[in-house]
Amino acid sequence: MSHVAAQAVTNSQTPEKRERRRQVSDQTIVRLFIMPTLILLIVINIFPLFYSLYLSFTDYSVIANKPPEWVGLENYQKILTKELPRYWHNFVVTGSYALLSVGLQVVIGFSLAMLLREKFKGSGFVTTLILIPMMLSPVVVGLFWKLIFDPSKGIFNYFLYPGNPSAGPEWLANPQLALWAIVIVDVWMWSPFVMLLCLSGLSAIPDYLYEAAAIDRASSWFQFRRITLPQVAPLLLIAVLFRTIEAFKAFDLVMGLTGGTPGDATETVAVRIYREAFLGKFNTGESSALAYIVLVIIIAVSNLYIRALNRMRED
Amino acid sequence: MSTETRHSVNYSTRVDKVGIRPRLVRTIRALITIFIALTLLIPVVWMGMTAFKSRADAVASPPKLVFEPTLEGFVSLLTKRRQLTAEQKAEYEQRTDLNWADEIALERGQAIIGQSEYAQRLRNSLIIASTSTVLSVAMGLLSAYAFSRFRIPGEGDLLFFILSTRMLPPVVVTIPIFLMYREIGLYDTHIGMILLYTAFNLSFSVWLLKGFIDEIPREYEEAALVDGYTRLQAFVRIVLPQAVTGIAATTVFSFIFAWNEYAFALMLTTDTARTAPPSIPSVLGTGGIEWAAIAAGSLGFLIPVVIVTFLLRRYLLRGVTFGAIRQG
Repeated sequence: MSHVAAQAVTNSQTPEKRERRRQVSDQTIVRLFIMPTLILLIVINIFPLFYSLYLSFTDYSVIANKPPEWVGLENYQKILTKELPRYWHNFVVTGSYALLSVGLQVVIGFSLAMLLREKFKGSGFVTTLILIPMMLSPVVVGLFWKLIFDPSKGIFNYFLYPGNPSAGPEWLANPQLALWAIVIVDVWMWSPFVMLLCLSGLSAIPDYLYEAAAIDRASSWFQFRRITLPQVAPLLLIAVLFRTIEAFKAFDLVMGLTGGTPGDATETVAVRIYREAFLGKFNTGESSALAYIVLVIIIAVSNLYIRALNRMRED
Repeated sequence: MSTETRHSVNYSTRVDKVGIRPRLVRTIRALITIFIALTLLIPVVWMGMTAFKSRADAVASPPKLVFEPTLEGFVSLLTKRRQLTAEQKAEYEQRTDLNWADEIALERGQAIIGQSEYAQRLRNSLIIASTSTVLSVAMGLLSAYAFSRFRIPGEGDLLFFILSTRMLPPVVVTIPIFLMYREIGLYDTHIGMILLYTAFNLSFSVWLLKGFIDEIPREYEEAALVDGYTRLQAFVRIVLPQAVTGIAATTVFSFIFAWNEYAFALMLTTDTARTAPPSIPSVLGTGGIEWAAIAAGSLGFLIPVVIVTFLLRRYLLRGVTFGAIRQG
């Protein structure tokens, strides 16, 4: 901390009293500056977490005029035994969605980054154009893609089957395809994000590595595998972790596009929690328990993510 | 990121990078990239087109590429209308005091009787997003400064805690917040939503702003302190002016997050404080979904975001990685 030393030197010339006052006021400033943030985050984020931990051990519905009744582990037990098949389905949907979309995003995002790597006239503009989807509101995007996927009025099937669009599938009504539809939209929205991170990784690779490889007559595949890939890997990892966390939270896009339909074919865990907690019977206790299970998973992944970020920061 | 090493070599000495063939390859690569970018933008362009289609054109099968532009979508999005009988319609057609919006509604045999709920909700979005942005940037700025300039016990853990709040899925936190808000009367209020969005964006703004403030050399402040400035004066007169870019970027990002937010708004508001995102899906007409109106709503909602994307393009990477990674 160089400034502490510098300050000590400057203060040594001032009267001792004044020094003490400045020391005190520095500490006060720190407190005054940090407290509002911490208090707000504790009230809005941490307190609710403990509250919902409590709720997850109770039988409670927010619309019933009955106080929460302590039932111990019954909610968790129910989720993990009797109700397991349907909940398991939600996790499978969320997992396959996460796996498919993150996988495709990595491939497409990375390829786009390779294409945009060497600058050409207007490449900055083109990059920004590609980035637009990522900034849009997911629910609005989902809603609009609903029209695009429509078998008779939408343009998606016209691209796939230009001659005879009615031969195309009904994307959102078909239980197998509906999840793919969500994956397609998610990939459309978020491949640019992966691209952005990869581009930054690529631009940081020193040219001399390639020059050395060129002198050694290394094949371009060798260069890609031994130079490009390892150098971009840390950023790619960050992109993957971030997208995985977001995929587990998948709510906005799914609600806009399908709302979990057809049946419960695209019901992700987040959508299920919403349906349990805010629709129908308002199963507050049980949905809190489910929320906690999701929370543990997300905290595990976020931990990895934040650690990776911290490492990037320190570099 | 080792930007220095990258700038140290300004020209390529590679033999394989001169001559005709590589230039042709480069042109082809550029063309492919432009083609892909345009393909990716089709949905956005299509939405823009649909917003200006008439009700019938919007759902025409096959989809219409050429159509007569109309503002019908916008009118049905923003106004409340009443169906007219044939006589009333004839009478309306005689009137001369109609503005363009009335004329458009009249073509559909309707008269405008007021603003729609959506207009109100757009206003809510604006109020909630801008107030919460100002608050989260202001609070974030103070914390970021403290974290950047002072030794704070447990600093790493605190920053970790602050960021981890951002990773929580909204659906998980909403149930207890819903109960809490209902208890203290903040459910479906502007204040409740502003507090929530402020907290939601605070972690982001602390991290992003800390990155920007870390880059401002401490020496300026130290010189000011020697000159007899107090800490606060040094903060206001020295640090703030230099952090302006960072503050601007953080503000815009926070605004977009709050502007786009859907889950909290869906579950914690019903009417008074409901924002636009959860309302767009419910813009339904009497005879099926009014796609032109939905597209108009989406377009109006997206245009600010697109403009901002261009303004922010140098900071996008920083923004989406919580300030951890800087663009070269």
